[in-house]
Formats: sequence, C-alpha cells, structure tokens
Amino acid sequence: MKVLLQIVSGAALAATLLPAVFYLTGSMGLPQVKTLMLGAAIVWFIATPLWMGRGCDGQPGE
Amino acid sequence: MAEDNSLTTNEYERQPVPKHALLRFKSFVGMYAGEHCAGTELMIGPLFVVHGVSAVDVVFGLLLGNALAVLSWMVLTAPIAIRTRLTLYYQLEKICGRSLVTLYNLANGVMFCFLAGSMITVSATALGVWFEFPMPRLTDVYPNSVGWVMAVVVVGAAISLVAAYGYGMVARVANIAAPWMVLVFFAFGLVGLQRFIAASDQEVNSLASLWELAQTQIWTGGDPLGNNVKFTFWHVTFFAWFCNMAMHVGMSDLSVFRFAKHSWYGIATAAGMYVGHFMAWLSASVLYALQLHGDPTNTDVLPGPLAYKACGIAGLICVIIAGWTTANPTIYRAGLAFQAVVPSKSRFAVTLFTGAIATLAGVFPAIAMKLLGFVALYGLILMPMGAVVFADFWLLKRFGLKSYYAEHSGLSFNWAAGLTWLVTLAICLGLVFSGIEINGFQPFQIWFVALPGWFIATALYISLSRLYQSRVA
Repeated sequence: MKVLLQIVSGAALAATLLPAVFYLTGSMGLPQVKTLMLGAAIVWFIATPLWMGRGCDGQPGE
Repeated sequence: MAEDNSLTTNEYERQPVPKHALLRFKSFVGMYAGEHCAGTELMIGPLFVVHGVSAVDVVFGLLLGNALAVLSWMVLTAPIAIRTRLTLYYQLEKICGRSLVTLYNLANGVMFCFLAGSMITVSATALGVWFEFPMPRLTDVYPNSVGWVMAVVVVGAAISLVAAYGYGMVARVANIAAPWMVLVFFAFGLVGLQRFIAASDQEVNSLASLWELAQTQIWTGGDPLGNNVKFTFWHVTFFAWFCNMAMHVGMSDLSVFRFAKHSWYGIATAAGMYVGHFMAWLSASVLYALQLHGDPTNTDVLPGPLAYKACGIAGLICVIIAGWTTANPTIYRAGLAFQAVVPSKSRFAVTLFTGAIATLAGVFPAIAMKLLGFVALYGLILMPMGAVVFADFWLLKRFGLKSYYAEHSGLSFNWAAGLTWLVTLAICLGLVFSGIEINGFQPFQIWFVALPGWFIATALYISLSRLYQSRVA
C-alpha cells in the first residue's frame, strides 16, 4: 500500500512540474498548466500524508 | 531564508549529543533543501530586480555568494559543532553567562518577530488575490487599506494560534509540502520564462539565446526603482553569503550540526542554497521582471498576484503554505527566546504575545519591501556572538586565556563578550551611517560591513578577554 501511495505522490510531483515544461516548449497552454498543477497539488496533499513522516513530530530548536 | 529546523530537536539541550543520536548525511540534505524554499524567497527574488541587477551580477553573484555561504557552514560552524556537540545557547551560556545570553535571546526574539512579520505579509498577499482589497505598494511604509490590515491580522492570528498550541502538526505539513513547493518554485521560473519569450518576441533556441534574453529583457541592469541602492555583482554576492549569517557565521546552526557525524556534512547546505537561494530567487525575480515588462508603472512586489498569474490557484496555495510553514516555526522560536527572558510565563502565552508582535510587524509593509536591508541587519546583529564562539573555541587557549570563562568563574555576565557584541555593532553601524566612499563606491554598506565586523569582533573579544580575565581572576 505504501509503495502504491508513493507512486501516486511521485506522479503528482511529475504532474506539478511537467505542465510547466510543456508550456515552455509550446506544447501546452497556460490554462491547462494551471488546471493540471492544481490537480497535482490536491493529489499530492491527499496521498503524501498517508505515507510520509507518520509518527514523526519534529520540534524546532532555537 | 532559513526557518524550520526539524533536526534541532529539544533533546540534549544541556548535554553533548551522544553517538547513537547522530544523523546520516541525507537527513541534512533533505532538511536544508526544504527549509530554504520559504515564503520570503518570493520577496527577495523580485527585490533584486527592484535594485537594478544585471544578468551577470545576479547569476554569478548568487553562484559565488551561495558557495561562500556553504563554505562558512563547512569551515566555521560544523567543525565546532561536531567537537562540542552543544546547542548555541548552551555554549553561549558557558562563555557569556546566563544574563548575557538572556540579552542575546531578547535580540534574537525581536529579529525573529520581524522576520515572521514579513512571512505573514507574504501569505496575506495571496488573500488579496481572492478578496481584491488594495495591497501595499513598493514604497508604502504604512498599511493602505482596511482589507490589508484584516488579512494580515487573520493570517497572523491563525499562525500564532497554531504555533502556541504546538509545533508538531505544522512541522509535518512543512515536511510534506517541501518537495512540492520546490517544484512549484521551479514551475514559476519556467512559466515566467516562456511568457517572457512570448512578450519580447525573441526567439530562444539555445543557451546563448536564453542568456541574451536574460541580459536584454529580464535582468537588464538598469537604474534601481525608487530610491533603492543600485545592486552590483558584489551586492548580490555578499547578500547571498550573509543572508543566513545568523545561522553560519552567527553559529545558530551549531544546534543542527551537533547531530552530524563529520564536519564535511556542512556541504549539505548547498542543497538549500542552490535550490532556494538560486533557483527560487531567480524564478521569483523572472515573474517580477515579467510584470515590469508588461507594465513598467506596476512596481508592486506582491508574491500572491505574481504566483497566481503564473500558476493559478496552485501558485496561491504555494504562497500561503510557504509563508505559513516558515512563519510558524519562526514565531515558535521567537517565543522560546522570549520565554527564556520571562521563564515564569507559560510558553502558550509568550508565543501568542510573540505572534501578536509579528502580526503587528506584518501589517507594516515597509519591513517586507525593505527585506534585503532587514535581512542584512538581522545577520549583523547576531554575527558578533558567532565571532565570540569562534574565538573562544579556537583562539583563546593559544593566547593563554580560558575558554568558557563564565562557567569557569561563575559569572552571569561576561563583560568581554558583552562589550565585544555592543562595540562591534556600534562600529559597524557607525561605518554604515558614515557613508564613506572610495572611488565612488561605498564599501561599508549594510550588506558588506559584517565582513570587517567579524574580524573586529574576533580581535576585540581576544583583547577584552585578556584584560578582563587578568582583572577578574
């Protein structure tokens, strides 16, 4: 299950950056970039907390 | 800017970190890469453009300045950290005595409050996109609308409450958000670049033509906006070197590297420098240069609208999270620093009070709009104590003097260290305000003065210790 979630998170990260790369190369429009990045953000913040840093509570020092 | 240090746990506060608690190299890489992609990067990048940088100045200045910052961590901070394995505060207490450390805590806490205030300002600009209230302009000192004040108060109150109730949850959100934020910052740059190419009708099909675009359209090196100082290669280099001065030269990251197995782990800071203080700053400055290219009269430095135009709602979420996750630990740390001054008060109450001060600071846009100068001042104020730690550890014994003098002699205020701090600051600020010019260049501007200041502080501490230890002993 953890591996599956990690794959989903990895896909979300790819979907965060790749639209901007495609926009730079002229193969995607800006509205699509914004939509895909929003979708990727939602997926990232749903999938990643399920496996990353569970049971860890960092405390800042000074 | 560096904020959250998840490695600086509250464990081993008054004892050396034991061997079994040491951490692996990759822990440091991850921590530094994440923590240097903060909300303030979205202010700093555009402010370089405000100061009229050229492409050569900003690119090569950042490459060199960040390398010097990494070297400072490797050569100054980490070697002491792995030998003593103590927090900065405990080490300072041994050198300076409890009363002087309390004074240091107060100064540290106040600077943290202002820093957190600028992070709240960054997050509040994202709310401005949604609620469309008038937002501050580049030259504004005071808030210019009720909506702005309300946005800052709401953001500040939320951040302060979370900080007061505990840090664990926000630390986890920060860790989760970090990889995503880094990529969104990169996307800002890519989108900004393509829009620049389209807006300038310039064909970019090679590195040479990309560099041409950077020089002629993005970082043109013209006059600075308003009455700001013109930034040269040296300004950028020294800013990049000293913007985290409190952490490396100032020795605050002793608390981090006391967990390192070897001093070369200091090179892990390169991950933060070249991700946050190179890529993120350049990306943010591309967005601002694009805004100026489209409308030269629109000089507002507002991360919210800049991010929204580039990446839509995902960009806005990035601005809010970047500001929130970095302001939060900053307020928490400021609270801890103030609590050391008034230990009878609860941490909850002190953190809320600290958050209120940070929120008040965030209401005034002048701090965020003058962030380059403020960051330099922040480093300068804490630098002399780093020089004291350095001299105390490496040099005092060579001069036949005692290290950890306050602990050794039971002093609560080591005047040699205290005077070093105050006299160095007085000299440095005197040099800044003197406006001395050599061949048309002012070598003692706030961004440069900490370098001679460090040597002044080191020499002063040794001289004053010689005098003081002979009298007190």
